Amino acid sequence: MKVEQISIFIENKSGRLAEVTGVLGDNGINIRALSLADTSDFGILRLIVDDSEKALKVLREQQFTVSITHVIGVAVPDSPGGLTTILQILDKSGVNVEYMYAFVERSGDNAVIIFRFDDIDEAITALANNGINILPSERITSI
Amino acid sequence: MIWNDDFETLPREALKSLQLKRLQQTVEKVYAAVPFYRNCFDKSGIKPADIKSLDDLQRLPFTLKQDMRDSYPYGLFAVPLEQIVRIHASSGTTGKPTVVGYSRRDIDNWTELMARSFVAAGTNRGDIIHNAYGYGLFTGGLGAHYGAERVGASVIPMSGGNTKKQLMIMHDFGSTVLTCTPSYSLYLAEVAADEGIDIRQLKLKVGILGAEPWSENMRQEIENKLNIKAIDIYGLSEILGPGVGIECIEAQNGLHIWEDHFIPEIIDPETGEVLPDGEKGELVITTITKEGIPLIRYRTRDITRLIKEPCICGRTHARIERLSGRSDDMMIIRGVNVFPSQIESVLFNIEGVEPHYQLIIERDGNLDTLEIQVEVNEQTFSDEIKILQGLSNKIKKDIKDLLGVTCKVRLVEPKTIARSEGKARRVIDNRQKES
Repeated sequence: MKVEQISIFIENKSGRLAEVTGVLGDNGINIRALSLADTSDFGILRLIVDDSEKALKVLREQQFTVSITHVIGVAVPDSPGGLTTILQILDKSGVNVEYMYAFVERSGDNAVIIFRFDDIDEAITALANNGINILPSERITSI
Repeated sequence: MIWNDDFETLPREALKSLQLKRLQQTVEKVYAAVPFYRNCFDKSGIKPADIKSLDDLQRLPFTLKQDMRDSYPYGLFAVPLEQIVRIHASSGTTGKPTVVGYSRRDIDNWTELMARSFVAAGTNRGDIIHNAYGYGLFTGGLGAHYGAERVGASVIPMSGGNTKKQLMIMHDFGSTVLTCTPSYSLYLAEVAADEGIDIRQLKLKVGILGAEPWSENMRQEIENKLNIKAIDIYGLSEILGPGVGIECIEAQNGLHIWEDHFIPEIIDPETGEVLPDGEKGELVITTITKEGIPLIRYRTRDITRLIKEPCICGRTHARIERLSGRSDDMMIIRGVNVFPSQIESVLFNIEGVEPHYQLIIERDGNLDTLEIQVEVNEQTFSDEIKILQGLSNKIKKDIKDLLGVTCKVRLVEPKTIARSEGKARRVIDNRQKES
């Protein structure tokens, strides 16, 4: 259920992002989802890829600072109010969302939202108890 | 272990009378042989015969680095060139190099003092000394080399650079002692980790590290990362080269200055007044056995204090505290005096932060700005912005609390700050260009 997400430290220098995606592309690693958080000096690139072990290895070889964190992906009906239901459940269970990002599945019926929680296990329990569909890891890495 | 019991444990009264005798000879000698000193003494109205006690040393004028530059290359030599057997020169990053000449006896004394230093650092015959100080005009390589040979240890004359080969030789030859700059020892550890070599498992037991100021925290870091005892050695080419002073392995608390060859004083760098025992100020050294270039009251620019209390190792020679910086490394940022070593100690006290940093000073209008660049590593990195911002805020706050200076902290990618194979370049001051 938990999905491995790779985070990479990137200085705000032109071309740096392309270097990361270049390393991944050269090694045949496909990016499934991404988000970039930025400050004035640096950014954190968060990626979900089809082979996170390999991505970690090749990025480290190129001297990038990387880490792995666990996130979950939830399918949300692509209609008004879809996200609110989920956030209310989390709020009631006292779980904090550290950050989240969304993309739309190829079929277009569902939005997929990637969540990073302060307490991932608590969040999974709360969502499952309320009948929310947490996507299996393979489903996300093979989008 | 003590190399030369007779001199290293000489009772202080006897040491003082030896110093006075040698000081008087030196003053006579420079007055007769070096026009620069004759002029200086005449201007101050002092004759060699006026030096009747060690206290009279204070009446003599200082020698500055600039005086050595002005006498470039041979103006301060006190013996004819036929008696000079070796010439070294300082790096000269800020002008012409300063040139020093050694007579045969000078080389012999230097070798003796380096031998004392090696033994004080716990090394002896049977040790394999991996000498990564640069060989050449710089005094480090050859100075350490001859001292190590006199002790009877096996010296590997590595010199600097070619780090991977250094590691291979260290591993294959079974080096037990490493001599280099403190920053290079950490660089070796870093490259070893990249190469998959466990540097802690090598036979190294002692590092004799010097030629740049380093903090107590950096010592801890080196001792942990390399699994060695890190011993601080002091020297400067103008006075001798390495081996002016060294920590004893017994105490690792202050560096013994070989007082039968040098007289140390501590002065107020602003007024030039000699400070009372134990106070911190600029170290001034007078050489009392040198023949090639004897120097009277040479201002080292190094900031420290003198410790005259007896040491547990049995040596009677006074110690200087680990250097807290150089008076010319001191940065004045918005009127506050800041040494790079102080910033280093703040960084070291934050869990996970590595000793790779650089300080960038700029002038924005009339205001000085200090930026500290710190490398992020896997230990300090997080996928959450707030944690990284927390790290830079913590550094900022600790610097403000300790030094009273507001700075900007910039987190940079690993290995973006240039590694040094010699002296680390910590400060980039872009202010001079504009004035």
